[in-house]
Amino acid sequence: MPCKKSLARHPLNQGDRKPLIAILRVLPQRLAIMILTLFLVSVVIFSITQILPGDAAYTSLGQYASEEAVKKLRIELGLDTPVWNQYINWLAAFVRGDFRESLILGIPIRPILLQRLGNSSVLGLLAFLEITCLGIFLGVLCGIKKDSLLDQTVSIFGFIWLSIPEFVSGSLFILFFAGTFWKIFPAGGYVAISEGFWPWISRLILPATTLTLILLAYVARMTRSSMIEVLRSNYVRTARLKGLDEKRVILRHALRNALMPTATLLANNFGWLMGGIVVVESVFSFPGLGRLTISAIHQRDIPMIQATVLVVAALYISANVAVDLLYMILDPRNRPD
Amino acid sequence: MIHKANTMNLLYTALKKIGLFSFKSYQLLLLNKKFLVGLVLVLSVIAIAIISPLIVPYNPIEFNISKRFQPPSTTHWFGTDNYGRDILSRVLMGAPITLLLGISSVAITLAISVPFGLFTGFWGGRIDEVLMRVNDTFIAIPSLFMALLLISMRSTLELYLKIPTTWWFDPYPVIVIGVTMIPRATRVIRSATIGLKNEEYVHACKARGETASYIVFREILPNIWSTIIVEGGIRIAYAIIMGSTLAFLGLGASPPAPAWGLMIYEAKAYLYLSPWSLIFPSLALSLMIVSFNCFGDGLRDILDPRSRRSILVE
Repeated sequence: MPCKKSLARHPLNQGDRKPLIAILRVLPQRLAIMILTLFLVSVVIFSITQILPGDAAYTSLGQYASEEAVKKLRIELGLDTPVWNQYINWLAAFVRGDFRESLILGIPIRPILLQRLGNSSVLGLLAFLEITCLGIFLGVLCGIKKDSLLDQTVSIFGFIWLSIPEFVSGSLFILFFAGTFWKIFPAGGYVAISEGFWPWISRLILPATTLTLILLAYVARMTRSSMIEVLRSNYVRTARLKGLDEKRVILRHALRNALMPTATLLANNFGWLMGGIVVVESVFSFPGLGRLTISAIHQRDIPMIQATVLVVAALYISANVAVDLLYMILDPRNRPD
Repeated sequence: MIHKANTMNLLYTALKKIGLFSFKSYQLLLLNKKFLVGLVLVLSVIAIAIISPLIVPYNPIEFNISKRFQPPSTTHWFGTDNYGRDILSRVLMGAPITLLLGISSVAITLAISVPFGLFTGFWGGRIDEVLMRVNDTFIAIPSLFMALLLISMRSTLELYLKIPTTWWFDPYPVIVIGVTMIPRATRVIRSATIGLKNEEYVHACKARGETASYIVFREILPNIWSTIIVEGGIRIAYAIIMGSTLAFLGLGASPPAPAWGLMIYEAKAYLYLSPWSLIFPSLALSLMIVSFNCFGDGLRDILDPRSRRSILVE
């Protein structure tokens, strides 16, 4: 690279923006925004669940509770103290990592929350892996063979799939793959991997595939369109004219640039995936965070609702920050000067 | 310009009068295959929803224990469920309920997010910054969780809003879904407003000394109609998904309402015994969502071709 030295001085050259330095430079700011957002989210969660008129004690006990029971629970939850006091105590407990006790189960929230979170993460990661690999594979294939039969089939089926809610496809999966038609997989539940690989993975495949379907179509579609765009670009033409074989052109030159919009799409829909996990866990009776949230809502377990939603929001926010930083590593144009 | 006074022409002139379309000919509208398919599907769904209460063969909520779990036959086309209710009647009655849920929650969303987005975008500065930070806070909670959080406070809402609930329609999930979608819709409206803020006609208006609400509603609003229509069109499908999901989770419509999400939840318990009670509501729900997705996607391709926003609106 003989011209590297002169380029380094050029104002347009971005080569000297080292990823690590760039990240270190923006990290404090991003972290500050993240903490501020988390703080505001905690205010929102707290105000919806605890301050709104007809407070938590009332919501927990329901419409027909006796005055005494409500009063007793109010004191137990500290609802008789001023709002600010309540909020500070509530937040301080979370910051300390003390998630209080569940009203219904009567046990500390943290251990059960962490255990369920672990299960959900396994499910989420598997689904994410499926979405990314399959989605990019299909997208690239359709992008290369634009307007072929395969491309049209994928796009029509993709469009239909993404209109089917998770609980519908999940229930149909149970009907077809865990019941009368083929009994390949168990219909639900979860066991740890220590119980054996097949019992573990067989209970994950159906829920993960259900989660995959909706996003898969988007990922494939996005990868396809950016692949088509990139394949039309000048540098791909240059690479082809240089005499590189097609496989190398696609894998080394085109794919890397085509993946940026896909990465954005995946990042933007992380929240969708989380919502999907709630539904899928309910369909497959999977003991994860989502089902914990749903049962907490059914049982009006306010501390549990607060804890689960706060944890989910924290995960969502940190995932967004992580993706932001990842962009900077992947694409120098996103690095600050 | 318009030679023949047929319905499409009339529709086009009417739409053009209120400033909906910026392109030259209504033919463009018909060229988009996806929009056309979507339009036909949506119109048929609406037609079915309107006539279905008149053509239901049986009472959709009447129990008939002697006829439980009957497979599809000539008397009960879609079979019967665990209480012996006719599934065809329930699926048909589900159509207006689901449609009403989708449209009214989107109406709530737009009624609040349009003025909100317009004004914050127009004012800019500190107020905008603060309001948008608050708005982003709500976006930082995944929408299903936001909806769950709000619906978990249902008893409080009931205590203060006191909206009557009928057996077939429950307004609280609609309110919750409408509110959940506000922050994301506001962002879209706001950025459309900011895009127009520095146009000359807006400056001219300011120089004339018009009030903010005049400029916002008379000058900016007519120019972002297409954005609003696209936003609403795309969100109907999303609202339907969310509403039926809440019903499936046991937090939306309550029995004996023939809401499709609830029917699927009830059918899941008897999955192997009567698969038809699962399959038919699933088909109906998916068909309705496909129609609105197709319609919204096509609408976006025509009215807002630059945006690459996917119809997934999380």
